[in-house]
Amino acid sequence: MPVTLLVEDGISIQPSCYSRLVNKWYCADYLKDRHSDLTSALSQHLQITAWSLVVGILIAFPLALVARRLPPLQGLILGASTMIYTIPSLALFPFLVPFTGISMTTVVIGLALYALTILVRSMLAGLVGVPEEVRESARGLGYGRTRLLFRVELPLALPVIMAGLRVATVSTVALTTIGTLVSYGGLGNLIRDGVQNDFKAEILAASVLCVLLAIVLDALVVAVQWLVTPWTHGRGAA
Amino acid sequence: MRNLRDAWHYLTTGSNWGGSEGMWHLLVQQLLLSVTALAVAMAVGLTLALWLGHLGRAGFLSVNVTNVGRAVPTFALLAILVTLDHPGTAEFGPYGRAGLATLIALALFALPPIFTNAYVAVREVPAAVKESASGMGMTGSQRFWRVELPLAMPLVVSGIRLALVQVWATATIAALVAGPGLGTLITQGFYRTDYPKGIAAAFVVGVVALALEVGGAFVERAVDPNRKGTATSSHPSGSRPAEPVGT
Repeated sequence: MPVTLLVEDGISIQPSCYSRLVNKWYCADYLKDRHSDLTSALSQHLQITAWSLVVGILIAFPLALVARRLPPLQGLILGASTMIYTIPSLALFPFLVPFTGISMTTVVIGLALYALTILVRSMLAGLVGVPEEVRESARGLGYGRTRLLFRVELPLALPVIMAGLRVATVSTVALTTIGTLVSYGGLGNLIRDGVQNDFKAEILAASVLCVLLAIVLDALVVAVQWLVTPWTHGRGAA
Repeated sequence: MRNLRDAWHYLTTGSNWGGSEGMWHLLVQQLLLSVTALAVAMAVGLTLALWLGHLGRAGFLSVNVTNVGRAVPTFALLAILVTLDHPGTAEFGPYGRAGLATLIALALFALPPIFTNAYVAVREVPAAVKESASGMGMTGSQRFWRVELPLAMPLVVSGIRLALVQVWATATIAALVAGPGLGTLITQGFYRTDYPKGIAAAFVVGVVALALEVGGAFVERAVDPNRKGTATSSHPSGSRPAEPVGT
């Protein structure tokens, strides 16, 4: 049964540009009328992406530290992360569902695993890249292990780590759409609904929003990097 | 745990592999689709990248192509391609309508790694080597075929390998828009709450992905002209980006 949505302007009744009869790709009325659909999908998308990245960072950081301290484990950790990223995202969810059910957790765990593979590599590369002389002089100044890590090594490793975070952020935004398989895909849910109902305006709007979100979050990471590494853009040392 | 045991049972039951709905058929279907898409992407991407790399032009393309490819969700592109009104392609050989959309999407997603790696590989051949080739009287095309291409081969193959694994992963996602391949079993598993079936299919997809990855690594080593030399390699072997596939 076709659902026809009509817009009444008082004089004539025309089918809206997103009705079954017209079904345009771009439709301003759709954006106006279904505003709430789009915002709620966008907010879910943002939540899933943010949680995945946070979980990914929280796991990747200790892993990178362990990998640096124990070289034998380094190959194992990098090898395992390569293996994870080879497995297609859609194939990862079935393994998680028996444990976590049809929930946002399933999607977040899956995406965090992917973010992790990128983050561990960039964190390790960043930390290993810190010049040995710098470490030596910090130790000479009486820095302990923890203070050395947080005050000297991490700040110097930040540019490399942030580059990895940018890649992870953009890929996670795109990957979140796959979460629609377990009904938690943010904008991906709208895309799937659009495919099933041949609803063009919905597909295009959700797709464009998804790309825009990736661009905005990428810019946000760059801005944060600029703020936390003041020494890279010459305003004198703090 | 019961689901995992049932999945194992599903995998070891012969009848699940045979027939037109069986896993074997879907596996071959997905491989065929992946290889076709890869061939299309190679025909376009390799030609363009090797030529531009030889000339040393259009470096900005190699960076931007990768960045754009990463930001556009495969699923969104697939959805748009499936919904588009193709000019009269209800059936397209063994692939079907969703299959054609998948083929185009897969070829598009295979382009960035193929293009970027091939371009960088040819571009990064040391200037001294190119100069001595010219000094020996080689013409432009001789230099390309006898010097630049052999030296660039490992990185070119590395890009193709990355693209193949990525294409295979993406082909799984095609099931979300009713496309062909093993992904069908995964989505069916979810919609009919038949998790063991989904897990079994996911396992097969993962195993094939790893097999493609490992097989690709062997080919990559086989084409390295510096393999037996004293210098290990003139190429940055760590140039393979660590990224999840199937975005």
